[in-house]
Amino acid sequence: MGETTVNVTVNGRSCEAVVEARLTLADFLRETCHLTGTHLGCEHGVCGACTVLVDGAAVRSCLMFAVQAGGTEVTTIEGIAAPDGELSTVQAAFRDCHGLQCGYCTPGFIVSVTAFLEDNPSPTDQEIREALSGNLCRCTGYQGILNAVHQVTGAARGEEPA
Amino acid sequence: MTVPTAEGSTRYAGARINRVEDARLLSGRGTFVDDVSLPGMLHACFVRSPLPRATIRSIDTKAALAMPGVHAVFTAADLNPDVNEQWHTSVGPEGPETPRPPLAEGEVRFVGDAVALVVAESRYLAEDAVDLVEVDYDPLPAVVDYTTAEQAATLVHESHGSNLIGQMSGLPASALQEVFDSAAHVVGETIYQQAYVPVPMEGRALAVDYSAPTGELTIYSATQAPHEVRLFCSRLLGVPEQKVRVIARDTGGGFGQKIMVQRDEMCIMLAARKVPGPLKWIEDRRENLIAAGQSRHEHAAVKMAFDAEGTIQAAQIDFVSDCGAYPTPWPVSTSSVVGALFPGPYRVPRASFTTKTMYTNTVGRTAYRGPWQFETLAREMLLDIAARQMGIDPMELRRRNLLRRDELPYTNANGMPFDHISPMETFEQALDMLDYPAFRKEQAEARAAGRYLGVGISNYVEPSSPGFGYYATEAATIRVEPSGKVNVYIAGGSTGNSIETTVVQLAADALGVDIEDVATIQGDTAVTGFGAGAAGSRSASMTAGAIRETSAILRERIKAIAAHKLEAAPEDIELGNSRASVRGTPTIGMSLGELARAAYFDPYSLPPGVPAGLEASARYTADTRFVWVNATHLCTCEVDVATGAVKLLRFIVSEDCGPMINPNVVEGQIAGGVVQGIGGVLYEHLAYDEDGNPITTTFMDYLLPTATEVPVIEYGHIETPSPGPGGYKGVGEGGAIGAPPAVVNAVADALAPFGVTVTRLPLGPTQIHALIAGNRG
Repeated sequence: MGETTVNVTVNGRSCEAVVEARLTLADFLRETCHLTGTHLGCEHGVCGACTVLVDGAAVRSCLMFAVQAGGTEVTTIEGIAAPDGELSTVQAAFRDCHGLQCGYCTPGFIVSVTAFLEDNPSPTDQEIREALSGNLCRCTGYQGILNAVHQVTGAARGEEPA
Repeated sequence: MTVPTAEGSTRYAGARINRVEDARLLSGRGTFVDDVSLPGMLHACFVRSPLPRATIRSIDTKAALAMPGVHAVFTAADLNPDVNEQWHTSVGPEGPETPRPPLAEGEVRFVGDAVALVVAESRYLAEDAVDLVEVDYDPLPAVVDYTTAEQAATLVHESHGSNLIGQMSGLPASALQEVFDSAAHVVGETIYQQAYVPVPMEGRALAVDYSAPTGELTIYSATQAPHEVRLFCSRLLGVPEQKVRVIARDTGGGFGQKIMVQRDEMCIMLAARKVPGPLKWIEDRRENLIAAGQSRHEHAAVKMAFDAEGTIQAAQIDFVSDCGAYPTPWPVSTSSVVGALFPGPYRVPRASFTTKTMYTNTVGRTAYRGPWQFETLAREMLLDIAARQMGIDPMELRRRNLLRRDELPYTNANGMPFDHISPMETFEQALDMLDYPAFRKEQAEARAAGRYLGVGISNYVEPSSPGFGYYATEAATIRVEPSGKVNVYIAGGSTGNSIETTVVQLAADALGVDIEDVATIQGDTAVTGFGAGAAGSRSASMTAGAIRETSAILRERIKAIAAHKLEAAPEDIELGNSRASVRGTPTIGMSLGELARAAYFDPYSLPPGVPAGLEASARYTADTRFVWVNATHLCTCEVDVATGAVKLLRFIVSEDCGPMINPNVVEGQIAGGVVQGIGGVLYEHLAYDEDGNPITTTFMDYLLPTATEVPVIEYGHIETPSPGPGGYKGVGEGGAIGAPPAVVNAVADALAPFGVTVTRLPLGPTQIHALIAGNRG
C-alpha cells in the first residue's frame, strides 16, 4: 500500500504523519491526530456528522483522503470553542435552544452552521433549512437546531432571543 | 429559577435548565465507544452472509489469516462452544427463546447474518481480510414474506417446527359476534405498516478489554442499559458479575435498538478472550441497516362496531408481525400489548384480539420507540375511515367516544387499568390550538382552488415506567462529599435522554442545594447500583423515585447534625441554598460544606446515633405497575396531487406527561419521536426485494427526514400528576407512537375528494400517485 507524508495544519497546529493513500481525512483526524470529536455516521457522505472546515469550507471528512488535505488548514469541532473553553456563539445557541440530545451528530452541525453563517450571516428560514439539510439528526427532530440558528442570526440583527 | 422557596418545594424541577451534558458534546469532548483507544487495541469486522438462506458448506480462512496484521479469523466452531448461558434478564432463563448462535452455524438465515469474525490491527486491514475469507454457500429457498410465512413449506428455524413464533389472544372473536351482527355500522380494514427502524446516528459499538491474569473484562458499550450488558456478559462467558465492568459514557442514540445484547455483540465478548489486545467493533452504517434489526413491519385486520350515533360498541384486532430470523427479545409478549391497547383512550365496552409473530429470513425484530405503536396507528386510521363511511366529522366521532375524567379509573375491555390521564383535555386543547373550524374553512377554499389540504389526528394512551420484574426498581447513591459538593451515582448513561441533567435537577431540589453544587456519575457499573436502563419511558419516574428515597435518608441526617450544632430541634431545620438553617431565623445556619466537614472529619462531634459521613444508597421500588400517559397529535398537510409530495403545514402535540422536570427535555423528546414518526410514514422503508435482499443499505436509499421536511412542532401541555414520584410520567416514546396516524389521516383527508382509502404505509410520492390514479379509474 502506497504511503505518503502528509502535513496538515489542524486547529492551528501542524500535524505531520506518514499515511496510506487510502486513509480518509476523518480517520486521520480521529486516529492520527487523536481528535475524536469528528464523528462518522455513514461513511458515504450523506449524514454530515464528519463535517470539518478545510481552508474555511465545510467538507465531509469521510469523503476526502488525508493526502488530499496536505498543506491545508483544517478546523475540527475541537477548534471551534475558545482555548479557555468558552463556547462559540453557535455552540452556545445550540446549548440554549436544546439543539442536541445524544450529541453524536452535533459536531457536524456546529461546523456546518459555523461555515454557513460565515457565508450568509442573515439567512431566511428556508435558507437555514436548506443549509442544514446535509446534516442528519435522529434525536431532536431539528426543532432545537433550527431555533439555535435563528437565535444566532437574530442576535446578529440585534433581536432579543425568543 | 433561583428564587429560594419554602421547604420541600422545588427550585429547579419545572425550569428550562441548560443541560450538563452539553459542554462536552458541543466541543468534541464526549466519549463514544469509538473514541476509546487503548494500547494494543485490535479491530473486528464481520464476514456477513450475502444470501437470505443457505447452508454453509465450508469457510476458508487461510488467505485472510496469511495477511500481515491479521490476528485471527473466528468461525462458529471457534466461538459458539464457549457460550455458557445466553438469555436476557427481562425474559429470563426459561423463556421460549429463539436459538441464537453467536456466529451462524451450518445455516445462514438472513442477508447480513454474521458468518465469521476477522480481528486485525486496524479496521482497514480487518476489512481487507474480510474480502479474503471464502465461504462456500449452498443456497436454500428463503421465507421472505411474513404474511405467507405460516403456510410456507420452508422453515426459518427447523428446530422450532413452525414459522409461527407464538400467538396470544384475548376474548375470542366469537364472543363479539352478536355485537358486530347487530351493530348499526361495522367498519373493517386490513392495515399494513412497512419496516422502518431506529437508525441511531452512532451504530452499535463495543470495545472489550480482557485481562487474562485477573479474568476481568472492561467493556465500553453503546448501550441503553449498561447493567444488562454486564449481566448478559457474565452469563455468556460464565464469569462472575463483579469481574465485568461496563462503561457507557456517551451513546449516540438508541431508540430501543441498544437495549439488548444481540448476536454480534456476543461474538465480540467471546472473541475478546482469545486475542492478545482489547477488541473493538464499530458497526458501520451498512451493517446497521442490514444487521441491527428491523422494527414495525406488521399488519392487522381491524374492525369496530358502532351504534347509529357513532358510539363504539366493540373493537377487534387480528395482528401479525414480521420478526425476522433472530428477534431480540422474544417478540410474543410485546405483540400482546398491541392487542390489549387497541381500544385506546376510548370507551370501548367489548374487545377481542389475536396476535401472531412470524419468523422470516430477514433481519430480526428489535425494539423501536413505542414497540406496540401499531395499536394506535391501526385504531386511529380505522376511526377516520369509519367517520368517512358514517358521514360523521372525525373529530366529533372521537369526542363522542373519548374517555372523560369523571369516568376514571377505567379498566378497558382487555383489562388495562387506565387512570390519571386526560384524553379529552389533550384532544380539545389540540383542536383549539389549530382552530379546527378555521382550518376546515381554509381547506374548503383551497379545494375550490384546486389545492388539497388535509387534517389528521390521533389520540393514544401508553403505559410508561413499567413497575414489574426487572424494571421495577432503580437505585441511587448520593454522596455529599467532604467539601459539601454533591455527587449522585445512578445507572443512567447519556443516550440523548438528558438523564444527567434530570438527575442533577432532581437531586438539587431534594437536598435543597444549589444546582452548581451537584454533579452526577453514570454509565459505569463499577460505581452505580443495578438499573434496567433507558427503556419503557421509565427513566424520569424511576430516577425520581431513586433520588427521593436516597435523599430522604440524607436530609434526615443533615438535619440531625445541623440541629445538634445549632441547638435547635431537627424539625425546625430547613434546607435551601446549600445551607441548613433554623426556620424563622435564616441567619442562624451552617453551609452544607461546614456540615460535611463535621460529618467526615469531626465524627465525635455528631449527635448520638448519627453515622459519620454524608453518603447514602437506597433503592426505589415502583409505586405503581404502570404510569399511564396520553397525548393527542394533530397535523395538517398539503398534498401535491401532480407529484404525490406531501408538505406538512402544522404539527400540534398536546400531551399529559404530568409535571415537567425540564420542558426543554420534554419538548425535545416529543420532537424527536414525532419526526421519526413522520419519517416512518413519508420517507423511511427498510425494504427487501422478493428474493430477500435488503435494498436500502445506505442513506441514499433509506431516506431520513431532514431539516427541509420537518414542520415547526407546537406543544400543548395538560398536567395530571401520576401517582408515582413527583407525579412525573414517561415521555420518551410517545412522539413516535402518536405521529404516524396523524400524518396518515391528514394525507387521507387531503385526498378525500378522490375517494381514496389509505390502508398501507409508507406514503411516498409513488404510493400517493397510485392511490389517486387507482380511484380515478
